[in-house]
Amino acid sequence: MNVLQDSLIELIRRTSAEIPDDVQRTILQALEREKQGTIAESAFQIIEQNIALAKQKSQPICQDTGSVLFYVDGPVGYDQIAFAEAGRAAVTQATKKGYLRQNSVDSLTGRNDGTNVGPGAPTFHFHQHRSAEIAVRLVLKGGGCENVGAQYSLPAEQLKADRDLDGCRKVILDAVLQAQGKGCGPGVLGVCIGGDRATGYEFSKTQLLRKLDDRNPVPELDRLEQDILKTANELGIGPMGFGGRTTLLGVKIRAANRVPASYFVSVSYMCWAFRRQGVMLDEQGSIQTWLY
Amino acid sequence: MIHLTAPFTEEKIRALKVGDAVEITGVLFTGRDAVHKYLAKGGELPPGVNLRDGIIYHCGPVVLKDAASQWKVVAAGPTTSIREEPYQAGIIEKFGVRGVIGKGGMGDRTLAACKASGAVYLHAIGGAAQVLAEKITAVRNVYLMDKFGSPEAIWELQVERFPVVVTMDAHGRSLHQEVFAASSAELAKRL
Ligand code: SF4
Repeated sequence: MNVLQDSLIELIRRTSAEIPDDVQRTILQALEREKQGTIAESAFQIIEQNIALAKQKSQPICQDTGSVLFYVDGPVGYDQIAFAEAGRAAVTQATKKGYLRQNSVDSLTGRNDGTNVGPGAPTFHFHQHRSAEIAVRLVLKGGGCENVGAQYSLPAEQLKADRDLDGCRKVILDAVLQAQGKGCGPGVLGVCIGGDRATGYEFSKTQLLRKLDDRNPVPELDRLEQDILKTANELGIGPMGFGGRTTLLGVKIRAANRVPASYFVSVSYMCWAFRRQGVMLDEQGSIQTWLY
Repeated sequence: MIHLTAPFTEEKIRALKVGDAVEITGVLFTGRDAVHKYLAKGGELPPGVNLRDGIIYHCGPVVLKDAASQWKVVAAGPTTSIREEPYQAGIIEKFGVRGVIGKGGMGDRTLAACKASGAVYLHAIGGAAQVLAEKITAVRNVYLMDKFGSPEAIWELQVERFPVVVTMDAHGRSLHQEVFAASSAELAKRL
């Protein structure tokens, strides 16, 4: 038996069927905030029931089990090739067991071979660190919410957004407005200010690895996060775009250096069915602790 | 809460208004991209499928056969509806459809067809695959399975108290347009 592969199958199962505690707490708070008897409140009630039912039946929270994104932090010398092989095998197995839908399509032929494995699928992001710890995080990123992500290039004249933090605020709020309920809101934003186009989006996604209740250590970004969360929830878009008091569950922002000629703001939108989990592994690949 | 039961007559449908929470009991037919394109290009409904006074559900369900060889729906949330905007109005008019269930809302042509023919757009909770699957009490039949494959086939589903919200009604109102306009105005005050 391949211990690492089994651990990754269990990581996929739990990610697909169970919402992390920090997200569930935030959804519960949002439910309590909605006015009684509104369609927003009943939307949250169905969301709550769905979370409980998926966990109880160990079945996918949402049938779109998304793009499968692994983030792996390991010590110098950790065998990335062996990890990726185990990861691909785990994804194939997890699909057979129904933890993942047959969800990966050849972009040229339209063919779906039912394995969820192919060029770029699943995706692995490896990072080395000096410690001996092996941490594996997994995000299942649905398509509906991925489609409402956006990348802005500042200045954005139509939005009167200059190359400063106020300009960033304007375009991030525009992304919320344009998304309405289409990304299965209430959602969570991961944002990167700066970078090139590819790293900007990449860093916007890694912001989704932060817990919803953490605070940004950079004071300007912390203020911006709190401001956008508050302002977005005053817009009245509500769950599913039905109208209501909760439009976003969280906002996470980082900055990256840019070249003088470019100023990108990249926004990734995560739906309420926020599937992320993580594990610490020992050298053999056994699960030691869960991260969320 | 309004309990909408079959038959879905024009009278019952025209009585619905934007913002109504509705629970449906009766039969739904799933149809997504392949079915809409096929019907819009002149394809015929397979024998046994009658959409007159019927409801189409934009959904690619996950359906498995259980030990007794009976179909069982294991996940059945809505898919994004706007992809069917080029086809939906024509299908509502040609086949006499009374309701379309999906998520994210639809555009002006569908809204106009709802008003003209007496139909509504019903929004299900996106992502609620497990709760919605529980409301499906029986799989009555499946059509065009060989042609389109399982998620794209037409599944005839018996549902009981299937929860949706009317977001586009037969009187020309769209909650999606209204929430967009109101939220744009709120945002303008805060920039
Ligand atoms: S956006 Fe999220 S909740 Fe909605 S259908 Fe896609 S994966 Fe599911």
